[in-house]
Amino acid sequence: MIDRLRQIKLQTEQRIAEVSDYDSLNEIKIKVLGRKGEITQLLRGLKDLVGDERVEAGKIANDIKNTLEKLVEDKTVELKKLEMEMRLKSEKIDVSLPGMPLPNGSQHPISRVADEIKEIFIGMGFSVAEGPEIETDYYNFEALNIPRDHPARDMQDSFYITEEMLLRTHTSPVQVRTMERLAPQIPVKIIVPGKVYRKDDDATHSPMFNQVEGLLIDERITFANLKGTLMLFAQKIFGEGVRVRYRPSFFPFTEPSAEMDISCVHCQGKGCRVCSHTGWLEILGAGMVNPRVLEYGGYDSEKVTGFAFGMGIERIAMLKYGINDLRLFFDNDKRFLTQF
Amino acid sequence: MGVSINWLQEYVKISWTAEEVAHRLTMAGIAIEGVAKDNGDSILELDLTPNRGDCLGIINLAREVAALNGTDIVIPEINIIENHEEINKYINVKIDAPDLCPRYTARLVKNVTVKPSPDWMQTRLLSAGIRPINNIVDITNYVMLESNQPLHAFDYDLLSDAKTILVRRAHKDEKIITLDDIERELDSEMLLITDNGRPAALAGIMGGQNTEISDQTVNVLLESACFKNTCIRKSSRKLALRSDSSIRFEKGSDINGVIYAVNRAAVLIQQLGEGEVVAGICDCYPQPASLAQIILRPERVNYLLGTSLSSVQIKDYISRLRFDWHEEEGNLVVTIPSYRPDIEIEVDLIEEVARLHGYENIPATLPGGDTTQGGLTSYQKFQDRIKQLMISRFYEIINYSFISPRYLDMLLLPEESTLRDVVRVANPLSEEQSIMRTLLLPGLLETVSRNLARKNDNLAFFEIGSVFYPRSEGLPGEVLKLGAIVAGRLETNWLKQEIDMDFYYLKGVVENLLIKLGIDSISWVEVQKPGYHPGRSALIMGADRILGTMGEIHPLARQNFDIKPRACAFELDIKTMFELSRPRVMMEQITRYPAVERDLAIVVDEQVKAVQALDEIRESGGELLKKIVVFDIYSGEQVPEGFKSMAFKMTFQSGERTLTEAEVNGRMEEIQKGLSGKIGATLR
Repeated sequence: MIDRLRQIKLQTEQRIAEVSDYDSLNEIKIKVLGRKGEITQLLRGLKDLVGDERVEAGKIANDIKNTLEKLVEDKTVELKKLEMEMRLKSEKIDVSLPGMPLPNGSQHPISRVADEIKEIFIGMGFSVAEGPEIETDYYNFEALNIPRDHPARDMQDSFYITEEMLLRTHTSPVQVRTMERLAPQIPVKIIVPGKVYRKDDDATHSPMFNQVEGLLIDERITFANLKGTLMLFAQKIFGEGVRVRYRPSFFPFTEPSAEMDISCVHCQGKGCRVCSHTGWLEILGAGMVNPRVLEYGGYDSEKVTGFAFGMGIERIAMLKYGINDLRLFFDNDKRFLTQF
Repeated sequence: MGVSINWLQEYVKISWTAEEVAHRLTMAGIAIEGVAKDNGDSILELDLTPNRGDCLGIINLAREVAALNGTDIVIPEINIIENHEEINKYINVKIDAPDLCPRYTARLVKNVTVKPSPDWMQTRLLSAGIRPINNIVDITNYVMLESNQPLHAFDYDLLSDAKTILVRRAHKDEKIITLDDIERELDSEMLLITDNGRPAALAGIMGGQNTEISDQTVNVLLESACFKNTCIRKSSRKLALRSDSSIRFEKGSDINGVIYAVNRAAVLIQQLGEGEVVAGICDCYPQPASLAQIILRPERVNYLLGTSLSSVQIKDYISRLRFDWHEEEGNLVVTIPSYRPDIEIEVDLIEEVARLHGYENIPATLPGGDTTQGGLTSYQKFQDRIKQLMISRFYEIINYSFISPRYLDMLLLPEESTLRDVVRVANPLSEEQSIMRTLLLPGLLETVSRNLARKNDNLAFFEIGSVFYPRSEGLPGEVLKLGAIVAGRLETNWLKQEIDMDFYYLKGVVENLLIKLGIDSISWVEVQKPGYHPGRSALIMGADRILGTMGEIHPLARQNFDIKPRACAFELDIKTMFELSRPRVMMEQITRYPAVERDLAIVVDEQVKAVQALDEIRESGGELLKKIVVFDIYSGEQVPEGFKSMAFKMTFQSGERTLTEAEVNGRMEEIQKGLSGKIGATLR
């Protein structure tokens, strides 16, 4: 009987090892270990044995049963793993196929650059102020020291609504409006982004464009502060390596006035077509707030001083993104917009 | 204007190259756009700011160079040999409009020979872009280029016998034929030089044809006058006539320079051996002006510039400009020469100091003082948030604020529409840009149309911008809007999930946007709006306020804008959205009791709106009903004609207990009862 058990064990071990699917394994399990299986059948003969022999045969039979059960169990795990592997293999996909095309969008380069400029000045403690796009002659010109018949009005031919009302030609009216609102509080520390309008339409002029204006009024604000602030701005927007220079200029609302140039972003100042071989690019106008403008705004020009600056956002965006045609900004071609 | 370096060197010593001169002048505020080489000479191309019109005169430009290199200028001397006659015997001058002509001087040169001017003079005129004509005219132009004082030469013998010049305002409808053979119609704001009542010249702008210098001219009357800049500017613009003379007068001329200029012209005529100068100048100067004096405080210079210039340095800079000054109590009292009318107040002098010192030599420091918080207002942040949400699905566009009136017709706006009540641009570049937009829709449609024409399809654009409406008083109203438009579908893909960007797509966008902005209790109300499909447009309401409109574009409007595919758009009022947005979120406890889901399919008349069913379900469902999803709308087989089936998935849940079957069933019964009672629904 013991021999028979050992024989079954050997045979079964071999068959389990060879088996490659559940059903066959199950078959073996039932055939050998089941209630009517070979081992059970054999064990029925135990009652014919006596004494030590019976004890020993019982023990051996149990050991073999346990060993085989363990083997079946291990084989089950192995087969499950195999099956899982097969399934994963069959589920393989082409990861190079494009994904679900979700709707896409982008921020217009003008509004992107405006945000970037705002962020830089907000970081320096400026607030954002806004004002109407249709302005009175007073705020657009008069209070900015540009009286009627001033030659500076030639610089910016305007779109008029009535004799007294026009599409603002710059964001500077908001300077005066803000001063009027806050005077005599200090500091006044604002930047003003917005649309402006001038009667010009050619390759380098658009009848509507965007500006950002800045104004800082406080005690002891100097031209040196203007230089320092704008230098920091230029480095933040065009990179640490950028160099700046200031040239005297003229704006009726600032005195002294300056134009700020940056080293050409294309040739790093060596001279190229973009900078007309000068190595410099003009990017903004600035100056110390004209005392008359301070007075118009309700401040005592002996007690406080200030600086102001203004720039065209299109200009900055063109330099930053290498855009060569101003008209692209208002053409709104999807092929242009998807690039931002 | 071009300035010859060789010519400039006649008045100032220059050891710099032309490029160095250009650079130094530019860095001192006299912008030189470029340097052109010309036959051994270099021509500086001036790009002057409007305040420095004086530098249109080469002597004044020489003063700038001298101030920069610390040398002296040489002004051509006046040595006139006059005859023994008296000018007063020949001519009389009267000024009837001293406000427009504060000074008028004249000289007479007799027996001239009119012929071409010498080559050197012609070359110089050409370098400045002026066409040589004859020696007399050329000399007046030459002196103008040199001194910045425009001159005019009359043929003395063509003046009437009265020989009296009267400077007066033109009469309304008075006419003059100017040197360019064009008859000009004048008005009473324009200034005329008249002779015996007859217009002889348009003051400061152009001479009259009737007294023009010709080959036959024998006696020349030279005019050197000062005309009010604003008068010349206005007249020149009105007549659309600009001349080298008017350009200079517009910017303000030197009232004391008139004598030098008229003498210089006389000298040149004489030097060229072409005439005999009558003794004396006829100088009509009713109210001689004195030179302005401005106090310059050295400490104010440093206070404003952030420099530490010594008083000696400041004096040096002022002296380099050849401005007279004396010291009073530590301050400089500076006398401003009349050729620098741009210097009016102390800061103007501070700028002179700054630019001679060099802007590059002023330090760069950051402002001191208390640090400020800065930042955006909550409304500004709200606008940024809208933009950030929109750019995940739409391309942001920027359109002009002015549109064509045509667009209002193309949008099918009825005559009485308030959107036709527009702010008009009085002087537009063209009719196409002549009215301020009252809605964003035309720009959105135009953008779609333009993109489709270029074969860009599947379009989704948005714009944030103001629309304008007139007001009876004060400035027009400006209202900030968010507008968006879609046309086409989400990109074609191999996943076979083609999604049309139709009404419900865009409605989903709006709903999602409003939820993210914290705006709830939105309702969509059927509406008929011009430009939109009458059966596919809605008012978007928040509480009782109108947030905006959304709809499919009317096929005729599409046709007008040449848009073939269906398109949907919305326009929302940003301020209203802001006012309706919840200021902050308060968390609601998440219940730990299980949710129970039930489906319900009903059949209703096809006219019944989803909102009617939903409202009823919500009402009957009570507090325990947490969520309703419409998951199917069907009409066709198995549903009677004129009816439709709607299917809802409902989620019930309590924050306090596990719901029992009976409870939920009870709710469901209520809902069914409600639906059948209110909207005649039957179970499907």
